[in-house]
Amino acid sequence: MAQAAQATTQTTTNGSRISLLRVLGPAHVWALGVGIVLVGEFTGWNFSADKGGALAALMTCWFVGLLYTSVAMIDSEVTSTVAAAGGQYAQAKHIVGPLMAFNVALFLVFAYTMLEVSDAILAGDTIVAYAGTEGLTHDAFIALVIVVFVWLNYRGVLMTLNVNFVITALAYLSIVVLFFSVQPWSQGAVLKLNELVTPQNALPYGWIGVIAAFQFAIWYYLGIEGTTQAAEEVRSPARALPYGTMAGIITLLIAAALTWYVCASLLPWEYLGVTYYPLWDAAKMTGSPVLEFMLFWGTVLSAVASANGCINDAARAWFSLGRDRYLPTWFSAVHPKYRTPYRSILFLLPIALAFAFIADLNQAITFSILSGVLQYTFMSINIVMFRNKWPLGTIRRGYTHPFHPIPAICLFVLCAITFFAIFLGFGSQLIAMVIFYIIVSVWFHFYRYRYVRRGDQFTMPWPKPRGY
Amino acid sequence: MWITISYLAWAISAILVAWMAYDWFKTDSTYSEEQLTSSREGEIEAVSEKHKV
Repeated sequence: MAQAAQATTQTTTNGSRISLLRVLGPAHVWALGVGIVLVGEFTGWNFSADKGGALAALMTCWFVGLLYTSVAMIDSEVTSTVAAAGGQYAQAKHIVGPLMAFNVALFLVFAYTMLEVSDAILAGDTIVAYAGTEGLTHDAFIALVIVVFVWLNYRGVLMTLNVNFVITALAYLSIVVLFFSVQPWSQGAVLKLNELVTPQNALPYGWIGVIAAFQFAIWYYLGIEGTTQAAEEVRSPARALPYGTMAGIITLLIAAALTWYVCASLLPWEYLGVTYYPLWDAAKMTGSPVLEFMLFWGTVLSAVASANGCINDAARAWFSLGRDRYLPTWFSAVHPKYRTPYRSILFLLPIALAFAFIADLNQAITFSILSGVLQYTFMSINIVMFRNKWPLGTIRRGYTHPFHPIPAICLFVLCAITFFAIFLGFGSQLIAMVIFYIIVSVWFHFYRYRYVRRGDQFTMPWPKPRGY
Repeated sequence: MWITISYLAWAISAILVAWMAYDWFKTDSTYSEEQLTSSREGEIEAVSEKHKV
């Protein structure tokens, strides 16, 4: 260790710093994005059927798919240009300004930490449900999921995302195997879509039910924007981030369609809208123990893959805040051996454990969704400002998204609909969260910002923005 | 069996937390704060991007 310290001293003296390790490729970016999201197919999306019926779940699947395709395209363009840890935080800092950046970083940390908590609770509950043992509680399994993946993240990003690639691929494979096992080409053999979704029950609450369903349809894709947090650790940001993110959203659009088709064809909408395990229950309905076993493991693996990705992303956002002195610089330490933001990873561990043991799953999910939608709303404004300040041809972009500003407008409109849907179901939480962000913004503006070295935070070697 | 597995889960969690706490302490006491917090955003971009589009 002393030798390592000496070597590091020498490199620091020579101008090198202890920075995050650039070792990731497009497959790791895919594993990070899809890994965070895929759990939403195994639970979460189906609550949209409770809000508006099975057909509403399908319609919102496509509309929200459009929202997230816009997110993926916009993110790919901006992140391939602002390739820094913190993702949307770094984007906001360079394009909008410090106060927006501080808020976006908090959206990120809240969204990912609450999602990690939800994942751990889901994994624990699934194992307890499978075991069926009297007196067995989920606490030990929640602790195991969070601690094991915090440890993995502490030890290095390459192994973390290699593991995520494998477990995400296995979980995805379980959906594909279920789909082909129920003979989707032959309605009536196993699947009963015609009987379960009829003109009478397709939209039981009418069009307001479709609007209300948006809130949970978010779960089909929530978290794909997390790919941007790997920006400082990929070997080629301009290539890996767009490839990984776009491949990720295509993967998820396919998974969402397969999931809806199988579940809506095997489970009545009244049950589909309340169960915590739509795919696992669909597998049980086939009567095949092999499929039931596969989808049990698919549910557990998707939950732990999501927790793993969330730990990675929340820590990068927190680390970036420390590095720019928006929070104490203590959080910006990088482990000299593992090259990870180890203090940020460890700082968020007890917070996640506390929420996992205290919070209710629905509350954790709602806070995660709210923070996510706030972030998407920012992204729609951010891309318009980015194109206005640095038009095409003024700076190098790894990817240029087509049809601008249609994706930005589409994203903004769909975010507004989703806010309304959240207000219908969780109005008090929405108001409480907005008040929280206003209070911390006031604290940042009048107190914390005096510690920030204002010139140091803008690191991109870009020309002056147009109009400045 | 599942009760035993849950005890095992607690034990593994405790061991890993103890290991991370030990490594954290060892790292912080071996390296200076200046070294540990020396990471800066955008260094590679500053070298590789010339912005002559």
